[in-house]
Amino acid sequence: MLSWLFSVATFAGIYALLALGINVIWGMGGMINLGMAGFFALGAYASALATGAGALPIPIGLALAAVLAALAGGLLCRLTLRLRGDYLAIVTLGFSELIRLIAANEIWMTNGSDGISGIPGPWRAELSPFQFNMLSCALVTLAVLIVWAMTERLRRSPWGRALRAIRDDDTAAAVAGKPITRFKVQAFALGAAILGLAGAFYAHYTSYIAPDIFRPLITIYIFLALTAGGTGNSTGAVVGAIAVVAVLEGSRFLEGWVSVLGGVEKAALREIVIGVALIAIMQLRPRGLLPETPPGPFLKRKDT
Amino acid sequence: MVTEALAATSPMEQTARPLMQVRDLRRSFYGVQALNGVSFDVTPGTITALIGPNGAGKTTAFNCISGVIPPESGSVTFEGHDITGLTPDRIHGHGVVRTFQIARGFPTLTVLETLLLHGEAQPGESMLTALFSPGTARAREAELLDRAQIIARRLKLDHVLENLTDALSGGQKKLLEIGRALMARPKLILLDEPVAGVNPTLSLEIAERIQQLREEDDLTFLIVEHDMDVVARICDPVVVMAQGTTLTQGSFAEISADHAVQDAYLGTRS
Repeated sequence: MLSWLFSVATFAGIYALLALGINVIWGMGGMINLGMAGFFALGAYASALATGAGALPIPIGLALAAVLAALAGGLLCRLTLRLRGDYLAIVTLGFSELIRLIAANEIWMTNGSDGISGIPGPWRAELSPFQFNMLSCALVTLAVLIVWAMTERLRRSPWGRALRAIRDDDTAAAVAGKPITRFKVQAFALGAAILGLAGAFYAHYTSYIAPDIFRPLITIYIFLALTAGGTGNSTGAVVGAIAVVAVLEGSRFLEGWVSVLGGVEKAALREIVIGVALIAIMQLRPRGLLPETPPGPFLKRKDT
Repeated sequence: MVTEALAATSPMEQTARPLMQVRDLRRSFYGVQALNGVSFDVTPGTITALIGPNGAGKTTAFNCISGVIPPESGSVTFEGHDITGLTPDRIHGHGVVRTFQIARGFPTLTVLETLLLHGEAQPGESMLTALFSPGTARAREAELLDRAQIIARRLKLDHVLENLTDALSGGQKKLLEIGRALMARPKLILLDEPVAGVNPTLSLEIAERIQQLREEDDLTFLIVEHDMDVVARICDPVVVMAQGTTLTQGSFAEISADHAVQDAYLGTRS
């Protein structure tokens, strides 16, 4: 049971990383990115291949995943700079499908739809499954804390302030002297790097990845998590991610209680619970559980 | 009343070298010629007005000068530099700062944040500096904070610094527009209808504020405004636009006596 809890917590941590990444792009930068699963996959495959076929140590795999995703994110953002709203959503969704199809078809590299198994995990051979879950949970939690602290620091900084201004009105921000291309590309690349990092953690923890894991549904879950937690708020992103994983995993127990339903209905129950929970949150707290507030002064004001 | 106001402003020196020269700006939208050859000069230390009936192209001229919309032809020269068609942030870097007709606040920023945002040369706007060297950003922030507080006090915005810009009254938003322009240490401020939609008392106050800034801070203004009381009171010279071109230019008394100007506003006499 405890081992299972550590495993759930590890997944919650990975979801929290994804939500933090999306929060930088969408929450802080106002750019919709339905291609989240693509960056997640890119990071997962990059690290899996680097540490498996490439026999590099895991930390280098993680760094490689983040850098590669950042490059892809920066490039995608640069190419789609003139698109906004629905159009950007479609292009990013296309990007994510593109990555998934490459993973499914470039069999020489990715082993196609069979996926890559036996991805190394930190000391997996030496540790018992319980100890491994515990270690993974600790490492992912540490990563979440570091990324959370980084994004919070950025949000409070002049950089975050300018990014929020661009999100609100990019013409007025440009007239205010802000190079909006640079800000948008940086924010997108940073968010993508966090998504790639989450992918690498996923690969090393589960030891198995396949194209099917990176379907758009996971993107929807993360947007759900962020919307429920509070768009633009890093703490809200983490809280929302934990809540979504709790509902996803907790609905298992619900299935046991509702004995009148058949197997298919029980499986559908999970989606129903998530949907109802989101509607309830949006009705009661339209801006999420923890709404975004101005981060407070970057520097305390002296009273004069 | 108009003549009294004119007597109050000092006669401007026509001999000074122009701060900004606008030459033959042209721009069309889907076949409609919005600007059809706009030319005028802005002399340093003046409050130059750009007036004209609705649809004359005043705001389009502002957009072309400030880089929001690139002109199709013509040129804008500022302090001898050609700034035609540069991006808005580059033009801002030359010291040309504009405001918007409908006060375009950043709804999720507070008044103080809006002012600080417009401060120049904040190293904390580099992502890496913000992440790894917040100390350098804080040092600069302290200077900007002092300036923001001084500007807020002059514009009587110091009691609403922590409010979101969305929560301001219409008049306060107009004052904040001027405040954000000032934060950037500009040389030339383009104000797009600084008193539109504001009650007469406050509009006089804003006009006085502009005049005071010109005198105390050595600033130059180019103003689009429909309120002729304000134009008469603080602006000299006045540039008149109609149907996308500059019609004439002169003191308020001169242009208000000009038949062509009256025609442009009231329609051609039959």
